[in-house]
Amino acid sequence: MRIAVLSGKGGTGKTFVSVNLSCAAEHSVYVDCDVEEPNGCLFLKPEISARVPVTVPVPEVDMSKCIRCRKCVDFCKYNALALVKDKMLVFCEVCHSCGGCSLFCPVKAITEKERAIGTIEEGKSGNVKVLSGCLNTGEASGVPIIKGLMNRLPKDSDIVIDCPPGSACTVMESIREADYCLLVAEPTLFGVHNLSMVYDLVRLFDKPFGVVLNKCLPEENPAEEFCIEHRIKILSKIPYDEGLGRLNSKGHIAVREYKQYRELFEELLTAINKEAVW
Amino acid sequence: MKVVVPVEAKSLDAPICPSFGRTPIFALIDTDSGTHKFLDNEAVTSHGGAGIKAAQMIVDSEAAAIVTCRCGENAAQVLNAAGVKMYKALNGSVNENIAAFINGKLPLLTDIHPGFHNHGGGNK
Repeated sequence: MRIAVLSGKGGTGKTFVSVNLSCAAEHSVYVDCDVEEPNGCLFLKPEISARVPVTVPVPEVDMSKCIRCRKCVDFCKYNALALVKDKMLVFCEVCHSCGGCSLFCPVKAITEKERAIGTIEEGKSGNVKVLSGCLNTGEASGVPIIKGLMNRLPKDSDIVIDCPPGSACTVMESIREADYCLLVAEPTLFGVHNLSMVYDLVRLFDKPFGVVLNKCLPEENPAEEFCIEHRIKILSKIPYDEGLGRLNSKGHIAVREYKQYRELFEELLTAINKEAVW
Repeated sequence: MKVVVPVEAKSLDAPICPSFGRTPIFALIDTDSGTHKFLDNEAVTSHGGAGIKAAQMIVDSEAAAIVTCRCGENAAQVLNAAGVKMYKALNGSVNENIAAFINGKLPLLTDIHPGFHNHGGGNK
């Protein structure tokens, strides 16, 4: 079972739910796809066993072969190449690594070289295997790192995928391999707005999904109202708990410290397993 | 000398366009002969790197200078490689800017912004 945890809005508790869910399983793999600021490791504190660079191919132009035909410059939809005087300027951050420029070059003046944009770490934290992606500062897109993580997902394991916030390319890449999408919602209007965006996204991807209501207070909950209105299954309600906040701020894991939270997340895992059977 | 100015419409009385890469039109003015022509900016519908493509167009037009409100890092790199000088535009029409340029009233553009899409930087 592969569970993707997403929310749209940041700070609703994706990492909290992902980390605790992976710790509640007997054996599991936690995958941090929030590659711009991966913080699952702050809680899991894994022993790192491997650290591999993630690279993307970018063009390198041999000007002694180049005939200045500009086929490459004209082809690039992202305008990553410019020919000025006798120099080809390559804008690596703009390049999407499609390889079109080297394919179109009639004299084979363009080769591709690998450029590092981040790393993937592998490690272990008790019963949880950890895969964590990290994008280098200043890079434009984390998608290649997430693709690298997806290629490393072990077969036949229980996997929890901690998605980036938002509902754009990086989130789509993170839920692609998922059997089930868990949407984490907080009781704010902003939270509901972004919940509606990921709700649209998971339906577009035709994934089974359900909601966890986090930080629940006794008063009205706009996220719950949204779920009722759209007939979305609510799998769990986590109360607003200052003790939980303190625990998180120290980097501790609720499931590993408190019986009540172990039970809550074990029940959530059971509920997801029941829901995900088509 | 040939000078390029990004402009909102095909008229020398039209206001200068505050965007460089996404301006709809460039006015290409020959200050020696007093003639001009308008170039449609091919970069205006680009998915990305509009500044780079617009700068490539200006380099290809053989202009020696550009008068613009602002310019991104990547575009500036292309213009610098070709030796195209960048001048800071005034609010106003193309004609007003060209007059100020000829009279030496326009300062060189020095505040090159790092791009609006968080991927500026060019070759590092």
